[in-house]
Amino acid sequence: MIRDITIGQYYPADSVIHKLDPRVKLLATLVFIVSLFITTNYIAYVVAAIFLVTMVKLSKVPLKFILKGLKAIFMILALTVIFNLFLTQGEPLVSFWKITITKEGLRTAILMAVRLVFLIIGSSLMTLTTTPNQLTDGMEKGLSPLKKIKVPVHEIAMMMSIALRFIPILLEETDKIMKAQAARGADFDEGGIIKKAKSLIPILVPLFVSAFRRANDLAMAMEARCYYGGDGRTKMKPLKYKGKDYVAYIILAVYLAAIILIAVLL
Amino acid sequence: MNMVQADNLSFEYIRRNEEGEVESISKAIDGVSMTITKGDFVAILGHNGSGKSTLAKHINALLSPTEGTLIVDGMDTSDEANIWKVRQKAGMVFQNPDNQIIASVVEEDVAFGPENIGIPTEKILKRVTESLEAVGMTKYRHHSPNKLSGGQKQRVAIAGIMAMHPDCIVLDEPTAMLDPKGRREVIKTVRKLNKEEGITVILITHYMEEVIDADKVIVMDNGKIVMQGTPKEIFSEVEKVKGYRLDVPQVTELAYELRKEGVNIPADILSAEEFVEAL
Repeated sequence: MIRDITIGQYYPADSVIHKLDPRVKLLATLVFIVSLFITTNYIAYVVAAIFLVTMVKLSKVPLKFILKGLKAIFMILALTVIFNLFLTQGEPLVSFWKITITKEGLRTAILMAVRLVFLIIGSSLMTLTTTPNQLTDGMEKGLSPLKKIKVPVHEIAMMMSIALRFIPILLEETDKIMKAQAARGADFDEGGIIKKAKSLIPILVPLFVSAFRRANDLAMAMEARCYYGGDGRTKMKPLKYKGKDYVAYIILAVYLAAIILIAVLL
Repeated sequence: MNMVQADNLSFEYIRRNEEGEVESISKAIDGVSMTITKGDFVAILGHNGSGKSTLAKHINALLSPTEGTLIVDGMDTSDEANIWKVRQKAGMVFQNPDNQIIASVVEEDVAFGPENIGIPTEKILKRVTESLEAVGMTKYRHHSPNKLSGGQKQRVAIAGIMAMHPDCIVLDEPTAMLDPKGRREVIKTVRKLNKEEGITVILITHYMEEVIDADKVIVMDNGKIVMQGTPKEIFSEVEKVKGYRLDVPQVTELAYELRKEGVNIPADILSAEEFVEAL
């Protein structure tokens, strides 16, 4: 189940989008999401669609691969559409039995669906083209102005990258514990939801104990390698803007201006 | 010159109850005095709970002594101001390879130490390349550590220490969780660093085969140093070593048994070649 989710996965390819500075991609994603919510004008959505499709083409990630990520949110999408379609008040369009579909309802349903789909495609495009390391680096550097108001930016980025490193290790460990429990007669597949939840306890307890022990070991190993927080640290590969990053910023600004113009004028 | 010098070193673990009162005190290290010469390969032996790991953590300034002093390369480890310099001089490799690798890419993990001590960017890249070369892991530079074998992970960990340009590496049972192949890889790497780069190595281990080529062996029991000397000196006293619940190398054991049966054979045999020679 965990393996079905494409959000957060990395798709290696040699493209312009892959080579952009992670800060550009983070900001672009944010701007794109905001642009989806500032207007309900359909022309704006046509512009957003063109922008998104161009980016997907440039990224060389197969469209099929991106769309697979939508499967995970299919239920949410369906629910949103159904609620908006049937529960919005307004001018009736179709009416049968006790159900009426209104003009406004149809409009909001389509709008919400488009927004959600664009949002997911947009943000998964970012994670598909950026390695987790670049992403945390980008966050650390991009958010560094927040240090002035005492936000522990470096610590948050370090925690994120350690978490990413230990996810596969803990998954493997869970698997090992489950097998060990199964070998002693534990049954994880039968019974109702409550019984199934209860059978997870003998997995979670040893998993937690081991996670704490690992955390302790890791903290000691980090200290032994002279880690004392973000101050005075240098980087092997510091983030530096290049020509194409500035071009990307300009394109982004033009896109945002276009959306705002459409929202205000039309 | 001395790399490490301990003078009457003691360390107490204090167990407190919920009210914060002292419940019990256990001495993990009890009056240890020793010197380790620069460039030596020193092995520390001892069964579980003999205090050898606690001693190792002192050399890296992860623990500071309750009593006595420990000087690492002329610096007192109990002085707060020296801690980071000591940790850079005396790197430490731990037992569990998974729990000491920080980054999700091999080269970034090797760069972690130099980044911490503020080495300029261009020099970090050079150090990472050199360190990976020294442990023979250049091929895996861009790999994820999760896909490596235990022995390879330990070599990455050693490269991470080497990139900080230490004078001394302390290895706390680095091979305890590895298969025989991984064990050989790690020991070969450590020995190479000792011979070629002149790094002082302090190896804490359970495996007698890893000790044979050491310049000096220290045996610990109950927090005290009970035997010190060259491997030949130590292992010629088979009964004494066994008294500390330790083994001797198999060949030495065989020679010992033969001597008991009245065969005329020297007591300090450590390798199969020597054994054949003596016969």
